[in-house]
Amino acid sequence: MSLKDRRLAELRARVPEVGPAEALALQQAGALLIDVREDEETATGSPVAAVRLPRGFLELRIEEKAPDASRTLVLMCAGGARSLFAAEDLTRLGYGDVRSLAGGFSAWKAAGLPVETPPQLDAAQRERYRRHLTMPEVGEAGQHRLLRSRVALIGAGGLGSPIALYLAAAGVGRLTLIDDDKVERSNLQRQILHAESRLGQRKVDSGRAALLDLNPTIEVVAHDTRLEAGNVLDLLGGHDVVVDGSDNLPTRYLVNDACVTLGVPNVYGAIFRFEGQVSVFGGATPGARPCYRCLFPEPPPAEYAPSCAEAGVLGVLPGVIGTIMAAETIKLLLGLGEPLAGRLLLYDGLRGEFNEIAVPVDPECPSCGPGASVALTDLAAVCGV
Amino acid sequence: MSDVTIRIPTPLRGFVGGRDQVAVPGATVREALSALTAGQATFQDRLFTAEGDLRRFVNVYLGREDVRRLGGLDAPLPAGATLTVMVALAGG
Repeated sequence: MSLKDRRLAELRARVPEVGPAEALALQQAGALLIDVREDEETATGSPVAAVRLPRGFLELRIEEKAPDASRTLVLMCAGGARSLFAAEDLTRLGYGDVRSLAGGFSAWKAAGLPVETPPQLDAAQRERYRRHLTMPEVGEAGQHRLLRSRVALIGAGGLGSPIALYLAAAGVGRLTLIDDDKVERSNLQRQILHAESRLGQRKVDSGRAALLDLNPTIEVVAHDTRLEAGNVLDLLGGHDVVVDGSDNLPTRYLVNDACVTLGVPNVYGAIFRFEGQVSVFGGATPGARPCYRCLFPEPPPAEYAPSCAEAGVLGVLPGVIGTIMAAETIKLLLGLGEPLAGRLLLYDGLRGEFNEIAVPVDPECPSCGPGASVALTDLAAVCGV
Repeated sequence: MSDVTIRIPTPLRGFVGGRDQVAVPGATVREALSALTAGQATFQDRLFTAEGDLRRFVNVYLGREDVRRLGGLDAPLPAGATLTVMVALAGG
């Protein structure tokens, strides 16, 4: 008898083994089924809802998956040998009830039990997203979620630049850019998505080129068009989050009202000179989060809006606000933390201060209030700032 | 009557000599905003309707709460209160 076989015989005497049907019953009763095979092996199939934790990282990461050491663990590998070694190690680590699936995945499949093919990150993706994968709050499941996400970004300008760059870098799988402007030299003081070499190009094309250069594995959809009442639902529909980096009030109201109609969260930011505002509107169950019209029910008439010529902005200001918007977007996509909803964050760049004001749900809101149904309209252009 | 600090949003700073905050006397929101806009018809028109109500596209906060939820323009101001005037920004 080889050393290995003698050792396996010893382990079999100590580690309780279960058959596939019993393993499934234990899993359904709350036990954690852990597939300890290597990624290349689980890529072709693994039990449904099994935790896939390769043997080499088992002791290092098991507590993230099973913080309660008294929870029953059922370990499985390809044929039932590696899971015996692994079970011994986890018992030694301090887990009280660790079992091994006799016959491993072969037996599971032969018994006709449910199998799924987990989405896989390839080697280049693993390297690219390593700093996400090592954080338990994101991890492989979170990265897959980002890769499956769809975000619509209105405006590929000042705010849109950092938002698009960071979302692309993070691996948001599909980014839809909507803008009808061309790149001009006066944009480049703040619109870091664009470049001198792309002056005169459509902003969505210039942006798409920059984003795919940063991360060629994502999809960037370019819409060289202005959002209007007639196209807004088509353009924004089908996205998980809408990010409003537009530069005018009519578009902001239109985006808000469309997002309320679609039930999609709207990550809002606006800037002027040294000042910025940022918040998350809507997207939860109706009435749970305010919308933009809960804050500002109607835009000012043109005569109360400052002239466009007065507009000016410190070049870095959209970076400050846009990166907060990108962070809120990723939090929404991953379901992490507390969204910046129900409150508006105000940034005063000159004082270096952040202040927060409450934005409660307005029960009489013309857009999201009970029974309200605002018609999508193209408001007269007011410059605003 | 103690002074109230009023934070002025960037688009309205032209009315107060470019300052980002102003101290004025006032025991209510109305008194403080009246003191702020005294003698400036354009500024008054920017904040108030002809009936003297706060315009719907101007928000005023006491601390972090919208004064419309605290009694509106008649909301009393504690000593040393800070009001924040806010208007929509559109820039992106």
